[in-house]
Amino acid sequence: MEPRSPQPRSISSGRGLCSAVALLVLGGSLAACGLADVPDWSTIQPASDLSRSIQDVYKTVWFWTAGIFVVVELLLVYAIIRYRRRPGDSGVPDQVHGFTALEIAWTLVPAAILFFIAIPTVRTIFEVQQKPPADRIEIAVIGHQWWWEFEYPDLGIVTANELHLPVGRTANLALASADVIHSFWVPRLGGKRDLNPGSENKLWFTPDSVGVFIGQCAELCGTSHANMRLKVFVETADSFDAWVEQQRRPAVQDSVGLQAFLSSGCAACHAIAGTPAQAKIGPDLTKFGSRSTIASGLLANEPDQLAAWLRDPESIKPGVRMPNLNLSEERIASLVAYLRSLR
Amino acid sequence: MNAAPTDTVQHESIYSGSIASWLTTVDHKRIGVMYGATALLYFIVGGVEALIIRLQLAAPEGAVVGADAYNQLFTMHGTTMVFLVLMPLAAAMFNFLIPLMVGARDVAFPRLNAFSFWTWFFGAILLNLAFFVNQAPDAGWFGYANLTSKQYNPGLGIDFWVLSLQIMGIASIASGVNFTVTALNMRAPGMSLMRMPLFVWMALIVQILMLLAFPAITVGLIFLLFDRFFDTNFYVAAAGGTPVLWQHLFWIFGHPEVYILILPSFGIVSEILPTFSRKPLFGAPFVIFSGILIGFLGFGVWSHHMFTTGLGPIADTAFSLGTMLIAIPTGVKIFNWIGTLWGGHIVMRTPLYFAVGMVALFIVGGLSGIMHASAPIDLQQHDSYFVVAHLHYVFFGGTVFGLLAGVCYWWPKVTGRMLGEGLGKLSFWVMFLGMNLTFFPMHFLGLDGMARRIYTYPAGAGWEQWNLMATVGAFVLTLGVLLFYVNLVRSLRSGEAATPDPWDGATLEWSMSSPPPEYNFAVIPTVNSARPLWLHKYGPTRDISTHTREDGTPPQPDHPVERIELPSPSHWPLVAAAGLTLAGGGTMVGLLPVLAGVAVLVVAVYWWAFQPLERPGNPIFEPARGTE
Amino acid sequence: MSTHATTFGVPHRKMAMWVFIGSECMFFGSLIATYLSYKGKSVVGPTPAEILNIPLTSVSTFVLLMSSLAMVLALDAVQRDDTRQAKIWIGGVIVLGGIFLAGQVYEFSHFYHEGLTLQQNLFGSTFFVLTGFHGAHVTVGVIWMATLLVMAFRGRLGPERSLDVEVAGLYWHFVDVVWIVIFTVVYLIQ
Repeated sequence: MEPRSPQPRSISSGRGLCSAVALLVLGGSLAACGLADVPDWSTIQPASDLSRSIQDVYKTVWFWTAGIFVVVELLLVYAIIRYRRRPGDSGVPDQVHGFTALEIAWTLVPAAILFFIAIPTVRTIFEVQQKPPADRIEIAVIGHQWWWEFEYPDLGIVTANELHLPVGRTANLALASADVIHSFWVPRLGGKRDLNPGSENKLWFTPDSVGVFIGQCAELCGTSHANMRLKVFVETADSFDAWVEQQRRPAVQDSVGLQAFLSSGCAACHAIAGTPAQAKIGPDLTKFGSRSTIASGLLANEPDQLAAWLRDPESIKPGVRMPNLNLSEERIASLVAYLRSLR
Repeated sequence: MNAAPTDTVQHESIYSGSIASWLTTVDHKRIGVMYGATALLYFIVGGVEALIIRLQLAAPEGAVVGADAYNQLFTMHGTTMVFLVLMPLAAAMFNFLIPLMVGARDVAFPRLNAFSFWTWFFGAILLNLAFFVNQAPDAGWFGYANLTSKQYNPGLGIDFWVLSLQIMGIASIASGVNFTVTALNMRAPGMSLMRMPLFVWMALIVQILMLLAFPAITVGLIFLLFDRFFDTNFYVAAAGGTPVLWQHLFWIFGHPEVYILILPSFGIVSEILPTFSRKPLFGAPFVIFSGILIGFLGFGVWSHHMFTTGLGPIADTAFSLGTMLIAIPTGVKIFNWIGTLWGGHIVMRTPLYFAVGMVALFIVGGLSGIMHASAPIDLQQHDSYFVVAHLHYVFFGGTVFGLLAGVCYWWPKVTGRMLGEGLGKLSFWVMFLGMNLTFFPMHFLGLDGMARRIYTYPAGAGWEQWNLMATVGAFVLTLGVLLFYVNLVRSLRSGEAATPDPWDGATLEWSMSSPPPEYNFAVIPTVNSARPLWLHKYGPTRDISTHTREDGTPPQPDHPVERIELPSPSHWPLVAAAGLTLAGGGTMVGLLPVLAGVAVLVVAVYWWAFQPLERPGNPIFEPARGTE
Repeated sequence: MSTHATTFGVPHRKMAMWVFIGSECMFFGSLIATYLSYKGKSVVGPTPAEILNIPLTSVSTFVLLMSSLAMVLALDAVQRDDTRQAKIWIGGVIVLGGIFLAGQVYEFSHFYHEGLTLQQNLFGSTFFVLTGFHGAHVTVGVIWMATLLVMAFRGRLGPERSLDVEVAGLYWHFVDVVWIVIFTVVYLIQ
């Protein structure tokens, strides 16, 4: 599978219809439809072992429920058409009160069908929650209103909103929250799991395709819940190692820019390794320049967009904790230059 | 005016009278009408909220409302539809119909019934007052802790939400007690439990579910109130607590609540399909027992709303399998409904359209429910638009279509006038189309990864066309609902007069005039069959279940044949409800209104308790002159 | 309103109280379940073992149990139309209920001074809310009994009104039984 760029993308009106038809006719096997343009948020385009396991159960259940749907609705429509009162039906139809054998039958048949749904369900419940494989990369995910903190404890890397993973290696996520309940969800990489304050949740999966996958907080977490997006870059082992290498390399500090950063008040919330800025309230900005997006996936990491963000964060992410510091244009320009140099 | 008593109905309309007579009424029929009218008004409120939501989502980066306003809208939409529309619309029918169907002259506790209504009424107003202080609740109808804590939600919105839910919860408990006793203990002679109409059966199960489910949310809300008002630690992780406690308490209430919302529709459909098929309900005992089983199992599956919470594989397995089990009794019901239609002479009238529509749409919601009963699948579908599609097929397709079927079916009995058939069928088809156009695409949105409760979404995710379709559908649906309302208004103004038994029904409510006299039954009937009136009309030969008596229950005489004394109107239930709401809502203001409210409540309760039900001036009906 | 006999031969009010008690079981069940699930989860003291006074509470539990006995005797007296005995035993219920409540007030204020407040820790939150709501139920019961006592003194509590006493008694016994559970769960099983 080739890496796909998530955005921007043209609106293809045919894709929706195609996927509808595919769903109705071919069930969960959308891949067979031969779509060139796969939505990156899709729950039925698996790109990891976890999402594939879920997909397998879904297909099984889909076929059973689709079959039941067709049979039962046809029976209903048939009964309505066949037994509508016709001219001449002036009397009373046979007053049938029931038929016990039939009752037993339509109790047992659904029970049998449920058996076939329950087996893969239970198997998969245990399969996806067993201990992860030994060859894995540990990641601490901390949800904040409204951004994601990612820490690689074994690699000494802290970053935000963009997760980098090597393909074929298990990612073992430890999920926690700094404030309210959030839910980690990258549809193509697997199901969601809540980030609860006060207790740690686990979620692991092994990405099997290189690409960029989009996610979104899935539990209502306040004003900008909709704006709490994330990106996962699944890379080849070499690219991932290069990324790790780059993240661990100290950034060259531009002392003028750093001064602007410190004197503007940014350091009250943000940390930049190797500088006096060590606050842990907002995202760690040590390697800010290496990220493709800012503001939890709302904006591209481009000078004009970053400037707009610094000018008035609230207008981009309603409710955001980052205040409008009323920075001068001059100050914004130097901050933009400095932040983008952090790579 | 003063016509001879023998050739005119001696009672004027049970609905005529001053406003004061409505405020003090203890007549279950009038209270039912007030529930229904208020619920239909709130249906417009909740619908407008939904339309704004759909407008916002019609295109990416919508700018109709902002983030906070959007959160308030879906919170109020959910809370309004559940507590201010679906439950009270069902309560309207319980009120009006349970006494009529079991052969009683009123409910067991007429003044408690009025108290329930007014408490709910004031609680609903209190909830909506939040809009007027511009602080509507915004944490979702499920109000997950700790987003509802003072720290993360400092405004008054959550307080309005908590207090009004508590107040309406008291109304639910009170009416739960009342209708349980009415259905169990006020049945006409001969009406054994297995002869009780299906609607009353499902209503009885709903009452028991309310009695057992509401305490859980009451306790959850008490903890939340204490956390917000007194800085306790129930949902505070730093103190060792967990917000997940709320999820358990809420869903121990919340899942039975789903059945509280759907079982009335099951009951309605189980009345309408037999009437219009001109056959008895197929496998009635199985339909009854499957209803009981659904209610019972409903208490054991709450954590299927929490598969993503991280409860571990054992709990996931137990709750997955438990949830799947519920599919069996639900399927039994659907098959029995089809069995009822099978071999009938189906009369194609508007109530039947809505009832069959309910069955057809509920099947969709039921089957998608089986999908996320499977915990692994739910990991993807949870909190996505797939679940939004599912729940609207259950609540709109199932509950609303069922309740509207009931409105069409019993409208002649309630108002004494027929609804327009043409307009009724047109409104059905427009709603049916709009419903599917709105909610079916949401399945695809969910599968395409669109999360719930997001006020904005980026372009290019492949969601545009489905969202646009859903928004168009919402307006089609609105048109259908408007047509339905126009039909109601036209019927009230100029509808054809209804006969006592316009549908050739089988149950007791069709044995009296439309609308019924104030005392319901001139003679308390004796019941020998599950279909007493049918047995009277068509005899036992066709009715193979009844071999006992020669004839069924005849229609009611026009005049009382015995002295009938009804309970007096009382304003104390209204005053007590006002005091309760003042005491509850007052907690947001200060101690003074709370004390004032408690004082009013105490005085009202004592006056009420010591005011005899039967006292000088209460309605008395004597046998009319010229009759036996 | 009793134009015909009730279906089960049970008065409506009595059945209603049973139904309501079923609902109350879920209410106290939820409170007790929360107490149990938060047991030992407090991050700061005082802990139950440090502060609960079992002998004292055993006495007040015994007092509440005796009040149920008084309740039985009161109902019996009303049914026998023995007004004097009825007044004595209803008064007894009130006094015993009052002693229980006084014990609770003492216990609460004692704990408060020992540093266990509603906000102190999870134990404080769950303990005070659970026992407090039980105490509120006892208080409602005492007020109800006082009302019956006033009726008795006014000569309005004859055998024809024994149902009033019976329904109040059902409530009282239920509140009593709930306390046995709370006492066991909170005090005895630490």
